[in-house]
Amino acid sequence: MTARVGVITFPGSLDDRDAARAVRLADAEPVPLWHAATDLSEVDAVILPGGFSYGDYLRAGAIARFAPLMERLADAARGGMPVLGICNGFQVLCESHLLPGALTRNASLHFVCRAQRLRIENAKTDWTRAYEEGQEVVIPVKNIDGCFIADPETLEELESSGRVVARYVDVNPNGSLNDIAGICNEAGNVVGLMPHPEHAVESLTGPSSEGLGFFVSVVQRMVSA
Amino acid sequence: MARFVVEVMLKPEILDSQGQAVARALPRLGFEGVTGVRQGKRFEIELEGPADEAATERVRKMAETLLANPVIETFELRAE
Repeated sequence: MTARVGVITFPGSLDDRDAARAVRLADAEPVPLWHAATDLSEVDAVILPGGFSYGDYLRAGAIARFAPLMERLADAARGGMPVLGICNGFQVLCESHLLPGALTRNASLHFVCRAQRLRIENAKTDWTRAYEEGQEVVIPVKNIDGCFIADPETLEELESSGRVVARYVDVNPNGSLNDIAGICNEAGNVVGLMPHPEHAVESLTGPSSEGLGFFVSVVQRMVSA
Repeated sequence: MARFVVEVMLKPEILDSQGQAVARALPRLGFEGVTGVRQGKRFEIELEGPADEAATERVRKMAETLLANPVIETFELRAE
């Protein structure tokens, strides 16, 4: 049985096709989901792609949070469905309170686009189990609102419970606290990641193919479930 | 018709990089003595009916759920 991985398209999403392509390269079936739909088409997992949903009006991810499909997604996520939010998708997950903290303007105020080295800190989540803990990968980062912040208690909880999924190595591109590039919820099924693994799935178009592991991870999870 | 103003500001402990950039630009334009700038948002909301307690509560709810992100921002509201 092929895993069905939904990719939600909001008005202003940019990387939904790249995410779908990455899903296909991981031998799963990508299922396009429209933000205004009212059901999740019986998918096994969902990706919230990068982009500028609703033009990033008000705050990045603030309006997308109220999309009709997001209510269903929130229920499914709390029920254990694997959900990956990439870049704008991470912002949507924070605005939806499915993940703690918030993403604010880069400390430099500049849009940053570079091949970024990351360390996978938690290889037990539904989206990182294909990696080794401590493994370093190079995948693109491209954002202007990528500075992860949280209050000191939340940050301490994330650190002490191993919920920092990935950390920037060498350069912190956006000023994120503790070099945080990605986090997960308590159960490890909901992951938010600022860099873009879907842009590093083939050597022809990416700095590496080391992003593919995020998509392979969720497929492995389906097979083992 | 009721008219409310909601002002949203980043919490004091949150880095306001945009405010800092403005603060750095001011001396370059000859405005000396600026010791700090913080940048926020102002919303003007018009509602049907009087600016009574119920209307204030509705606007407070709007601010809590959409206009401000309570993780990083605070807000103040007043009727005008």
